[in-house]
Amino acid sequence: MRLAVLDRGHRPRTKAVLVLIRLVSRQPVVDAVKLALYRPDFYGGGHLTHEAMRGPSAWSIGDRELMAAFVSKVNECRFCVAAHSATSSLWYGDHAKVAATLANLETAPIDEPLRATLRMVGKLTREHSIDPDDIRAVLAEGVSRQQIEDALAVCLAFNITDRLADAFDFTVASPAAMNAGARHLLTHGYR
Amino acid sequence: MSDITQLHRALIARVLNGNGKAPPELRQAAFDNAGLDEPIRRLIEKVAHHAYRVTDDDVAAVRTAGLSEDQIFEIVVCAAIGQASRQYKTALDALASATGER
Repeated sequence: MRLAVLDRGHRPRTKAVLVLIRLVSRQPVVDAVKLALYRPDFYGGGHLTHEAMRGPSAWSIGDRELMAAFVSKVNECRFCVAAHSATSSLWYGDHAKVAATLANLETAPIDEPLRATLRMVGKLTREHSIDPDDIRAVLAEGVSRQQIEDALAVCLAFNITDRLADAFDFTVASPAAMNAGARHLLTHGYR
Repeated sequence: MSDITQLHRALIARVLNGNGKAPPELRQAAFDNAGLDEPIRRLIEKVAHHAYRVTDDDVAAVRTAGLSEDQIFEIVVCAAIGQASRQYKTALDALASATGER
């Protein structure tokens, strides 16, 4: 972590929570949690992320976690790729599908509506803008307007999170710690 | 208005105008990625366009220029939210245009 305050600057009560998480999970606290718990009255991005990732949507939680991993791959954010690949894999019970999607979107064994949606959020992330034709291409695959809005919300949340993870230099924890984090995200979400 | 719209607005209002250690004008400039002087400009430009290239030296230079860790935390958060929000707006505009509704 590049800023010491994010590692050790939490309020006493929050420090106690971090100790508790370490004891219960028997893993080091991942940097994303330390960020989320630092001055939540200032950043506190967890509420937006939680709504995008766990709020009502026609996309499954596994689909949205895959979108998060895919956006993070485009942003070259190693921490978030690891965290959300693990969470998506756990939800689907299918690591190969997630790995194949990140390796090559065009040949991955996923449904066409999801593929078209990932293409759209990938372009938005890479080029910082999309145009109406990009939207029409997704609608043409049978994706609803609401599903597009929901995917754009995931894209927003992870274009924020990826930047923070890399700017603050989150450590990619051990697979055991990342899997513990993935289980936590599936049971408790992001708040 | 969906929940995400309200949460997004509240997040922007909080980081730009809520309690913070960095002056609001600096937070706004970081959010906009505009009108910044070195070495802050370099750090914020990287956060906006290729955050994976931010280095310890980029952060150290801003610290040496006189910003505290909390101020650096705040302007980086503003820069990340600013760029992601500009992307999001282009997408919502494209969606409205493609579907003929807002």
